[in-house]
Amino acid sequence: MKTEEHSPEMKIDLLRQMLRIRRFEEKAAELYSAAKIRGFLHLYIGQEAIAAGAMRALTAEDAVVSTYREHGHALARGVAAAAIMAEMYGKAEGCCHGRGGSMHLFDVSKRFYGGNAIVAGGLPLALGLALADKLAGRARVTACFFGDGAVAEGEFHETMNLAVLWKLPLLLLCENNLYAMGTAIARALSETDLCKKAESYRMPAERIDGMDALAVAVASADATAAVRAGEGPRFLELTTYRFRPHSMFDPDLYRDKAEIAEWKKRDPLPRHIGRLKEEGLLDAAKIDAIERAVADELAQAVAFADAGTLEPVESLTRDVYARTP
Amino acid sequence: MQAVQQKAPPMAQTQTMNIIQAVNDALKIQMRKDPRVLVMGEDVGKFGGVFRATQGLYQEFGPNRAIDTPLSEGGIIGTAIGMAIYGLRPVAEIQFADYIFPAFDQLVNEAAKYRYRSGGQYPCPLIVRTPYGGGIRGGHYHSQSPEAYFIHTPGLKVVCPATPYDAKGLLLAAMRQDDPVIFFEPKRMYRAAKGEVPTGDYEVPLEQAKVTREGKHVTLIAWGAMWHTVSEFAETLAKDGISAEVLDLRTLWPVDLTTILKSVEKTGRAVIVHEAPRTCGFGAELSALIHERAMLKLEAPVQRVTGFDTPFPYSLEHDYMPSVSRMRAAVDRTLNY
Repeated sequence: MKTEEHSPEMKIDLLRQMLRIRRFEEKAAELYSAAKIRGFLHLYIGQEAIAAGAMRALTAEDAVVSTYREHGHALARGVAAAAIMAEMYGKAEGCCHGRGGSMHLFDVSKRFYGGNAIVAGGLPLALGLALADKLAGRARVTACFFGDGAVAEGEFHETMNLAVLWKLPLLLLCENNLYAMGTAIARALSETDLCKKAESYRMPAERIDGMDALAVAVASADATAAVRAGEGPRFLELTTYRFRPHSMFDPDLYRDKAEIAEWKKRDPLPRHIGRLKEEGLLDAAKIDAIERAVADELAQAVAFADAGTLEPVESLTRDVYARTP
Repeated sequence: MQAVQQKAPPMAQTQTMNIIQAVNDALKIQMRKDPRVLVMGEDVGKFGGVFRATQGLYQEFGPNRAIDTPLSEGGIIGTAIGMAIYGLRPVAEIQFADYIFPAFDQLVNEAAKYRYRSGGQYPCPLIVRTPYGGGIRGGHYHSQSPEAYFIHTPGLKVVCPATPYDAKGLLLAAMRQDDPVIFFEPKRMYRAAKGEVPTGDYEVPLEQAKVTREGKHVTLIAWGAMWHTVSEFAETLAKDGISAEVLDLRTLWPVDLTTILKSVEKTGRAVIVHEAPRTCGFGAELSALIHERAMLKLEAPVQRVTGFDTPFPYSLEHDYMPSVSRMRAAVDRTLNY
């Protein structure tokens, strides 16, 4: 990673992005309880360092394929918070006209190819985005996020094989939060060392502390540079933990309270703030200023969503086909 | 939507082709015209396709536009989807329609819904070509007709040509529109069906059925390989004084209900013939549509002649597939109702 990337601005920006996600998710939980957001809601709280750190490595021309726990990815990628919030409300002003909700955010202007509620469903199509770039000789990268649950799916293994076979410009970011919904990784995978799986496909792999935003940023930048240089795909396993249950319906009976408490000690936000304070880059006033800006953006997003309208039922059949019958 | 009579455009040079040659010709024409078009699949490149439908493409267009893949159907379709939502025009081949099921998730959950779930931001103009159907002693996994699964999936178009002329024209039209298309090719007729085909460029519009034989007593509805069987059967009916009208649906979904209803309202009787198992086969949907829209014009309930509700058999395949005697019995039921 280039030294200028370690600039104070970069470190402050990591904090800003993590705070944007954390506060957004906290608000989303509140709005869910208020029945403003309905259906399924999967919060990213605890995993913010990954979206904040990894997304920095990408340019506007790169592509992002995401999962159903993707609010943080969308925010860090630059999808407007208001459009995301309105989508979660199911409003026509949302980034997909309220058709998908929380798990299905898209934004063509950001090359954001979606949240996806099919675990591992985004992996094979990420191959196609990357292959199209490779065939056209474009030095673009496709970044594909997925969780440890996806690793048990066949589509993961097809993707790993083809990505290396075709030497595609694909960055595979596995957020290993140790649970596929309620099933601990050791109860789901015969081999829990995910880097070994990648290496068995001859894909260079690295395990990174996903609770450390700076470590994620550095590793993602290095991996992205290698992918962009035409060296083929890279696999990053980002070890992390979600502080909230899988979804708002989940009573979280399968995780030990002590385990959760232990992981919360590694909360990426206080950890990053502590580092920045130590380095003299941050004081209470500066944190306040960032928090205020984040709160303003969020308040505007909520107001936008509140003021939104529902897509008229007449347009239910629009966009099923290019031409609506 | 109107039925169009099959006729070559004026001044067109024609050549006798079978369906394989017609498909190959369509691919070549469009790949020459549109650099976004590419083919991919198992053995479609160097080998030229298991049925030779992609023969010569690797030599003419190179490995980047005639892409050989491993046996990885989910990966093939997924990759093609990624390219399609990123502006390319991939034509993926699934070697036999029976092998399409490992890619079912990518087709049903990704390709079919990409435009809709992105609120119209990401069209997915993907073609999946795949040979389907029985009659070649292929047994369980080289004989199936899985069209109904895909017709049932909003967002997908399903096309199934019967003749070389339609195979070329429909494939050219499919490659020039913006929705994902499953293009079922009747493998039993790949080489058996021959016809005059314009050597140049033309399209057969999607979503238009064709009246291939006019008649007044009963409408026989078929597509793909079964259209040939049904057409021969109609000739034998004529000898018995029964005048059958024959429809070739060509595009199964969205279906050309206008042409179907026009014919059925004229004859008052309909027999639907398909190879796939009976229960929830496309014949069931067609029958429901006809009954819903033309009940009072019907002289008899719509009849279905289909495969049986069994896995596709090996030695008994000709008993499984709709036969002349079963079709005759169905026609008689409508006439004697």
